[in-house]
Amino acid sequence: MEEREGDVRWDGLCSRDAAARAAALEHLGQAVLRRGGAAAAPRVLARLLLLAKRCPFRDVREKSEAILSGVQELGIRIPRPLGHGPSRFIPEKETIQVGNEDAMMHTLFAESFATLGRLDNVTLVMVFHPQYLESFLKTQHYLLQMDGPLPLHYRHYIGIMAAARHQCSYLVNLHVNDFLHVGGDPKWLNGLENAPQKLQNLGELNKMLAHRPWLITKEHIEQLLKTEENSWSLAELIHAVVLLTHYHSLASFTFGCGISPEIDCEGGHTFRPPSVSNYCICDMTNGYHGVDDIHASPTTTESVCEVEALMEKMKQLQECRDEEEASQEEMATRFEREKRESMFVCSSEDEESAPTRDVSRHFEDTSYGYKDFSRHGMHVPTFRAQDYSWEDHGYSLVNRLYPDVGQLLDEKFHIAYNLTYNTMAMHKDVDTSMLRRAIWNYIHCMFGIRYDDYDYGEINQLLDRSFKVYIKTVVCTPEKTTKRMYDSFWRQFEHSEKVHVNLLLVEARMQAELLYALRAITRYMT
Amino acid sequence: MPPAVPPGSEPASRRGVPASRPAMEKMSRSGAALGGAALSGRTMFCHLDAPANAISVCRDAAQVVVAGRNIFKIYGIEEEQFVEKLNLRVGRKPSLNFSCADVVWHQMDENLLATAATNGVVVTWNLGKPSRNKQDQLFTEHKRTVNKVCFHPTEVYMLLSGSQDGYMKCFDLRKKDSVSTFSGQSESVRDVQFSIRDYFTFAATFENGNVQLWDIRRPDRYERMFTAHNGPVFCCDWHPEDRGWLATGGRDKMVKVWDMNTTRAKEIYCVQTIASVARVKWRPECKHHIATCSMMVDHNIYVWDVRRPFIPSAMFEEHKDVTTGIVWRHLHDPYFLLSGSKDSTLYQHIFKDASQPIDRANPEGLCYSLYGDLAFAAKESLISSDSNRKPYIGDRRHPIFFKRKLDPTEQFEYISSSSALSVFETDVESGSMDWFVHTAKQYALAGRPLAELCDHNAKVAKGLDRNQVAQTWTMLRIIYSSLGTVSSANLNHSMGKGSAALPLMNSFNLKDIPSGLGSESRLDRSKGESRTENILLDSSSTLINNEDNEETEGSDVPADYLLGDVEADEDDLYMMDHENPHAEEQEYSLPQEAFPLRHEIVDNPSALDHLQDKADSPHVSGNEAETVSLTPVESFSLISISHSLYENRLPSDFFNPIVRDTLLFYAEQGDVQTAVSVLIVLGDRIRKEIDEQTQEHWYTSYIDLLQRFQLWNISNEVIKLSTCRAINCLNQASTTLHINCSNCKRPMSNRGWICDRCRQCASMCAVCHHVVKGLFVWCQGCSHGGHLQHIMKWLETSSHCPAGCGHLCEYT
Repeated sequence: MEEREGDVRWDGLCSRDAAARAAALEHLGQAVLRRGGAAAAPRVLARLLLLAKRCPFRDVREKSEAILSGVQELGIRIPRPLGHGPSRFIPEKETIQVGNEDAMMHTLFAESFATLGRLDNVTLVMVFHPQYLESFLKTQHYLLQMDGPLPLHYRHYIGIMAAARHQCSYLVNLHVNDFLHVGGDPKWLNGLENAPQKLQNLGELNKMLAHRPWLITKEHIEQLLKTEENSWSLAELIHAVVLLTHYHSLASFTFGCGISPEIDCEGGHTFRPPSVSNYCICDMTNGYHGVDDIHASPTTTESVCEVEALMEKMKQLQECRDEEEASQEEMATRFEREKRESMFVCSSEDEESAPTRDVSRHFEDTSYGYKDFSRHGMHVPTFRAQDYSWEDHGYSLVNRLYPDVGQLLDEKFHIAYNLTYNTMAMHKDVDTSMLRRAIWNYIHCMFGIRYDDYDYGEINQLLDRSFKVYIKTVVCTPEKTTKRMYDSFWRQFEHSEKVHVNLLLVEARMQAELLYALRAITRYMT
Repeated sequence: MPPAVPPGSEPASRRGVPASRPAMEKMSRSGAALGGAALSGRTMFCHLDAPANAISVCRDAAQVVVAGRNIFKIYGIEEEQFVEKLNLRVGRKPSLNFSCADVVWHQMDENLLATAATNGVVVTWNLGKPSRNKQDQLFTEHKRTVNKVCFHPTEVYMLLSGSQDGYMKCFDLRKKDSVSTFSGQSESVRDVQFSIRDYFTFAATFENGNVQLWDIRRPDRYERMFTAHNGPVFCCDWHPEDRGWLATGGRDKMVKVWDMNTTRAKEIYCVQTIASVARVKWRPECKHHIATCSMMVDHNIYVWDVRRPFIPSAMFEEHKDVTTGIVWRHLHDPYFLLSGSKDSTLYQHIFKDASQPIDRANPEGLCYSLYGDLAFAAKESLISSDSNRKPYIGDRRHPIFFKRKLDPTEQFEYISSSSALSVFETDVESGSMDWFVHTAKQYALAGRPLAELCDHNAKVAKGLDRNQVAQTWTMLRIIYSSLGTVSSANLNHSMGKGSAALPLMNSFNLKDIPSGLGSESRLDRSKGESRTENILLDSSSTLINNEDNEETEGSDVPADYLLGDVEADEDDLYMMDHENPHAEEQEYSLPQEAFPLRHEIVDNPSALDHLQDKADSPHVSGNEAETVSLTPVESFSLISISHSLYENRLPSDFFNPIVRDTLLFYAEQGDVQTAVSVLIVLGDRIRKEIDEQTQEHWYTSYIDLLQRFQLWNISNEVIKLSTCRAINCLNQASTTLHINCSNCKRPMSNRGWICDRCRQCASMCAVCHHVVKGLFVWCQGCSHGGHLQHIMKWLETSSHCPAGCGHLCEYT
C-alpha cells in the first residue's frame, strides 16, 4: 500500500513484520505531529481512527490511539466513530471485538488487513463463520488482485457498478477508494456515461443480472462479444460476470446484516462532540432510528415455541416423507404455488429510501428493478437445475475461461451450502440440512430455478411468513431491508445464525445469477 | 487440438493409405467376431424431438433407446436410416417419471429397460406388455435425482442405481422394494457399473473424486476406496476383456485407467482431454481404445489409444451441441458407434468416416540435451525431402554450431507413421561440460571476504583454462575490494602489489593462442554454448591484442591483455584504461613477484561505507588530483605514474556500469554461471545496477542447469544466497513431509517424535533403537529402517532386515 497524503505515508503498516510496522508507525506519528499538526487533515485523522479501532495488530491500534491523543493535545478536534460496531442490526457486544479474536480469526484478520489494507465491517461480521470467511476472502482477493483478464481499475469499477445497482453506498465508497488507488480515472466516477464505451455496454447486463437474470439470452451475450472496437472477449466477460454477481450478492449481505459505514468513510465518523445527536443520516434513510435499539429484544415465550415448532415440523417431514407420496402434478403445482406466493410476499413497509446522490450517479434507469419471475408478461420457461447445474456445467465453463476461479467459487458454494454447527438456537445436535436446503431452494425458486427432486411443499412448512419476507427483501430488493425485518424473523435464534442465513442467501443468489448468465454464454458458444 | 494440415501437394496420397486399411481390416475382423453376421450401415443420423440425455442399445444391435427430459423413444437401426419404433412417453399428463437422466437396456432380456428419473424415481419398462403403457415397476426410494442405473451383466433381475443423495440401491425386479442399500458416506453418486467378470463386484464414482468398489453381498462397507480425480468423477467403465481395468473420467478433464488387480489401485494410463469428461466407453475388440465425450464446450467424440494420450486416434465431429450419450452398437464390433446429443440428433458413426487427427499432424520433436546436443525427430518423409534440399554438413553459410553425427539413426513404426530421429552432437572436447560442473563445485560464493572469494574463484577459473573468467574475477577484486581498504592508507602499497600479481600470471597464457583461429570463430558467439567459451575469449583478446600492439609500441604485451579481459567491446576499452596503467605500472615495480595474495586486504562489504571518509585524508586528495589529470589521457605512456594511482578516488560505483555490462555479456554468451556467481559475490554492490527481472532470469537459468547436472547442494546454496525474493522462496515450497507412525500406521499429526495415538516413538532406528532425528532410511519392502549410517553398516554384513522381520532388504 503506497499512498501519500502530503507527507503522511501509510505503507508499511500492513506488514506482518512487527519491526517494519513499528518503523512505519514512528514515521507516521512524526509526520502527523510535525509542524503543529499541519498535516493532520480530517482524512488523515479519520484513517488514524480506523487504525486505532480496526487493526488486527495491537501495536498499531495503540500507537494510532496515542498519535490521535497527541493531535488532540495540539488543540485539533479529533474524530470519533459513529454507529455501534460493524453492524447496525447486531449489538456491538455480540460481535467479535478486534483484539479478542481467537488464533484462526486473527490469521484471517491479518490476512485481510495485509491484502486490503483494512479490516472492513463485512469481514468483522462474517468472522462468525471463519471457515466460510477464509474461502470468501480468498475468492475476493483472487477476483480483485490476482491474474485475470481485466485491468485492476476495471475490476473495481465493475464492483462499483454492481453495488450501485442496489444503491449500496457502503460498497460503492469502498471501491471508489480502491478504484482511485489503483490509478482509475476520477472522471469515470461522475457516472457511467463518463466511463469507456466498453463498460457502458456492460450496463445492460448488470441491470438484468441484478434484477431479472432469467431474461438474459444469448443475444445479449452476442451483443457484447461481437467484434468491434469496444467488444469484450469471452474471458473478460466471464470475469466481469463473476464480479457483477459477487457484488450484487455482497450488496445483499451488506443490507441483510445492516453493515455500518466504514469508520474512515463518510458517515462512519464525526468531528462533532458526542452530545449533539445520537443518530446519523444513513441510519435514517434505512428506516432505522437509534431508539429502536432499546426495545428490540423480545424474549417472549411465544418465540421460544417458534423454534420448537420448527423443529417439530422438520421431524415430521423427515418421517412422513417416505409414506405420503405426492403425485407428479401435485409436485409441479407446489413449485408453481411457491413461485406465485413468493410474489405476494413483500415488505409491508414501503419506506422508499432515496439513494444518496453520491451513489445514484453510478447507475442509470432507476426504474428497472426486480420483477417477480412469475408476474411479467411473457412466458419464460422454468430453469431446470438438472439440465444446467453449477457442478456439471457452470464450473467447467468458468474454469475453462478464467482458470482457478471455478475452483474457488465451487469451494465457496460448497462451504456455504454445507456449513452447519448442528445447532438451532438453544438446541444442539440438530440436522439442519433440510432447513438449509429449503432456504437455498426457495431462493432459486424465486429466480425460477426448479429442482425436479425437491418437494416444494417443504418450504411452506419450514419457512414462515416473516422469514420469507426477509429472504425475499434481502435477495431481491436488498436496499429495502430494515432492522425490523431482521429482528422479526427467527426471534429466538442467535445473531451468528442469522448471519449464517445471510451467507446462504448470498451464495444462493450468486449461484442463481451465475447459472443464468453462464447458460446464456454456453448457448452463445454452441 | 487438431494440428495444422501440412502444406504441400502430396498429403492426399499419404492419407489415402490409412483410411483404406481399417476398412479392410474391419471386414475380416468383425466378420470373425460376429460369426459371419457382420454389421453394415453408413454414417447417418435422425432428428429427435428433444435433447437426449442418454442412449442404450439392445443386445441384437438393431435397436437403440433414446431418453431425455422430454423424449423416450426406441429407434430401429436400419441399413440407411433410423426408424422410430416406439414412443414410450405415453399418457396425457407429462410426468417427471419420464424425465430421464439415464437409460439402460438389459443385455440378457431384450424386453427389459430401466430408466433413472430426475426426480429420484427408478422405473423399469417391459416391452413385452400388450398395453401401450410399457411401464413396469416404479421404485421411489431415492430422495434425490438418480444419476445412473445399471443392470447386472448376467443376472436378469438385478438392477443397481446411484443417486445424488449419496446412496446406491440394488433392486430385485421380482420384489417391490430394494434388496440392499449402500451408503457411500459422502456426496452424490455419479456412476455405478457392475464389473463384467466379477459377479459380485461393482464400482461407484462420486462427486468428491472418489471411486469405491463394493461387494454386492456386503452393504455395510465398501471393499476399497481411492481418490481418482480432482473434483467429480462423472463416469467409469470396466474393460470388457481385461478384468482388472477400470476407466474413469472426471471434471478435471482427465481419463484415467486403473489396474485394480493389485492391492492398491494403480493408475496405468492417463489421457488429458480438453474438457470435462462425461462418458467413457471401451472400444470392443481393441484392448487400448476408449471412446469419450465431454460434458461442456466440446462437442466431439474422441476415440483414444490410451498408450498414446496426446492425440486422439479418431474423432467424430458431427454433433452441434454436447454429446450426452455414446454406446458401441455391438459388443463385439469396434466400427459402429451410436451417439445422442443435446442438439436433438441421434447419430451412427462409422469408423472409416472418422477423422483421424494423426494424419493431419506433423509429428516433430526437438530437444536440447544437457551437453549441448540437439535431437530432432520428424516424419521420415519430411526429413528426406528436407535434407535433399539443403544438406547440413559443410553448410557454412549459417553459423552452425552443431556437428551432425548421425542422421537417421533410429526408425520406428507406429500406426501409420514412421519417423526419423537425428541427433546433432557437438564435437567432443568443446561439448564437454565438465568445466561447468567443476566450476560450480569449486567456486566459493560466500563466507569469506570479497577479495578472497574473488581470488579463489579466479584461481578456479584459471585452473580450468578459462582465463577470461579468471581475469574478470581479478578485476572485480581490484575494483571493489581495494577501494574499500583505502581508508587505511598504509595498506595501499601492499595491496596494490598483491592485486597485480594475478593479472600477470593470467595474461601469459593467452599469448600462445594463434590469433587467426580466434577471430574466425567469433561468428559462433551468438550461439553462446560451451565451445565458444574458450574461443571467444581468444578471439576478443587477440583482436584487442592486435589493436593494442599498434598503439602501444614498446610496452609489454602481456599487460595489454589486461585490456581485453573483461570485455570484447571496444567501447569499454577506454574505460579500462584507468585500471590498466596501474597493472602496467606494477610490472615495473614488482618483477620479483614477492607479494603473494595475502590477507592484508581486509575486505568486507561495509568497508565501502568508508568512502566518504577518504576525502579527509590529504594523501587521498593528492591521488585524486592525479587521477583528474590522467583520465583524459588516452595513451599508454603511464609509466611514470606511481602505483598509488590505482587508489584513485573514483568510487567503486564508477565501475558499476562496466561490471554490469560484463555480467550481461557473460549471460548473453550463455555463461550464466559466471554472471550469477559474480552477482552473488558482489551482492549489494552491483545488485541495484541490474533489474530484478534479469537477475531472476539468470538465477532460474543457473539453478535449472545445476539441477540438470544433479548438483542439488550447489543449487540450494545458490537459492539461499540469492537476493531475489522469487528465487529465495524456491526452496521454501513443499518442505513438509507427511509421515505415518510406524506402529499404528496412522498419520503423525503433532510435531514431536511421539505418535499421539499409540504413545510410542514413531521413527526408531532398527539398529540402535533410538529415535532418528535426521536422515532416516527405510526399506520399501518391510518399512523398517533407521539411521542412514547404521543401516548402511548393518547391511554390509547382513542381508536381512535389522528389525528381525525376516525381510531381505536391499540397499542401493
